Amino acid sequence: MSQILEVKNLKKYFKTPRGMLHAVDDVSFSIEQGKTVGVVGESGCGKSTLGRTLIHLLESTDGKIFFHGEDITHADKKKLRELRENMQIIFQDPFSSLNPRMTAFETVKEPLTLAGKWSKEEIGQRAEAIMETVGLDARLRNSYPHELDGGRRQRIGIARALALNPEFVVCDEPVSALDVSIQAQILNLMQDLQEQRGLTYVFITHDLSVVRHISDEICVMYLGQMVEKSPAKELFKKPMHPYTKALLSAIPIPDIHVKKERILLTGEVTSPIEPKPGCRFAARCPYASEACREPQKLSEISKGHFVSCVRVNEINE
Amino acid sequence: MKERNDRNNSSGKESMFLTTMSRLAKNKLAVAGLIVIVTMILMAVFAPLIAPYGYEEQDLYNTLKGPSAEHWFGTDDLGRDIFSRIIYGGRNSLSIGLVSVFFSAIIGIALGSASGYYGGKVDMIIMRLLDVLQAMPAILLAIAISATLGPGFINCIIALCISQIPGFARMSRASCLNVQGMEYIEAATSINARDFRIIFRHVLPNAISPIFVQATMSVATAILTSASLSFIGLGVQPPQAEWGAMLSAGRNYIRGYSHIVMFPGLTIVLAVLSLNMLGDGLRDALDPRLKN
Repeated sequence: MSQILEVKNLKKYFKTPRGMLHAVDDVSFSIEQGKTVGVVGESGCGKSTLGRTLIHLLESTDGKIFFHGEDITHADKKKLRELRENMQIIFQDPFSSLNPRMTAFETVKEPLTLAGKWSKEEIGQRAEAIMETVGLDARLRNSYPHELDGGRRQRIGIARALALNPEFVVCDEPVSALDVSIQAQILNLMQDLQEQRGLTYVFITHDLSVVRHISDEICVMYLGQMVEKSPAKELFKKPMHPYTKALLSAIPIPDIHVKKERILLTGEVTSPIEPKPGCRFAARCPYASEACREPQKLSEISKGHFVSCVRVNEINE
Repeated sequence: MKERNDRNNSSGKESMFLTTMSRLAKNKLAVAGLIVIVTMILMAVFAPLIAPYGYEEQDLYNTLKGPSAEHWFGTDDLGRDIFSRIIYGGRNSLSIGLVSVFFSAIIGIALGSASGYYGGKVDMIIMRLLDVLQAMPAILLAIAISATLGPGFINCIIALCISQIPGFARMSRASCLNVQGMEYIEAATSINARDFRIIFRHVLPNAISPIFVQATMSVATAILTSASLSFIGLGVQPPQAEWGAMLSAGRNYIRGYSHIVMFPGLTIVLAVLSLNMLGDGLRDALDPRLKN
């Protein structure tokens, strides 16, 4: 099993008038080829920033990114062009991720044209093929985005991302802007594509049922830090970090006979600008203690299950 | 960009143009403005065929005559036919307006989009330079440039062009910043599009509508400013006909023979009004939020 992507102590800070905003702080993980890693967390926890930093849409502040074992953290322009043919992104909002003045076909053709490897006819053929693969009818090729529904628009976005046949795709909440019925279609499409092409996904979402459906492994993020990382099944069976527990207890169960106890968090999310050392969840954590003021470390509790909480053993007794 | 010639592509572009046009056609004021402007331009282009007299043809027996069947708008102090001079004057006035706006729009858009796209230091330098230009009122700036370069048709265009650049640059910068927040710009980066392509293929087409409206309105302003320049003697020189110059030349006779200034004045008003109505109409027609 080869690791396609490895991230070590990745940091991404933004300068703000009030200090540094720690959007992604010391995140490490790795992904095996052909697998899906889900990244979950509430809005503003840095999941999208993480995704964009991985594929170099944002420059990382510190840390290292390895792609197929090669350090690509500071890839130069030439290398970056090469890399981007292998690393793509599917965006959240299909209404703003497509240029309103370009037809579906133009949008899908663009990455192929820019790669500059094929003749005009070949580009046309390849674009047609990829449109067929993602389930876009040929008659829609000259439609403008505003003429299409959300699902079709997202299919165009997927076609654009997959046109160059990348190995690694960051999916930034690809279904959260869609209707539930269409969500399922797009998710199935993405899973089919993964099987056919051996794609590796980093799947960013705040929707827990979606991430459960699609992921092999799940990372839970809170305010820029990874608080828990575990195989998907295990996480849902046995969440260990207090934040993950609260998060999972918020999943609605479609059964009126099941009485469920929700863990309601109190307090405000602490500011990600110049945060204090220590567990960032401590201010809202029902189990917080003096020890939580110290910087936390991700430690392996059971095989493949990492938790960043000093009191994890006491809590999960 | 080769794809522009693609058949499928051009049909799409055309339909965009047609929708805008059909929306514009529903706005009666805008259509009226468009008709007036087009008529004025055609008259200026075909001036020798339309004008009953030459623009410097003097009839010294018939000076300062009021409107009549022979001289529709009367004659001026040298017996020149005012109607003919207005038609010929359109050649100068309209071309000064259109040409100066055309060039200031191109330069302004280039500066503004570069500034908006690159941000940081580039933005800082370009914007501060434009601040310097904008610190002076446009008309004063135009007067200063004209006075430095000397009077004349070309210099008048240069003066107007420079004085309008900041407006275009600011507008395109704002518009580009707005479009750049869109995910499709990020998408373009992620598929290896170069800066040039992103600006011209993704940012500008989506940011151009307000600039287009601004350009229409600016032609009106430019015509007015060129009239002002001519009025104080810095624009087109006699015996060339120009609407502002005609106003200026006739001002001594304003009490006894008001038609000398009235007709050129009305022509300027009509041109500016039509351009503004057209601009308003275009703004509505290009707004994607107003479907149909």
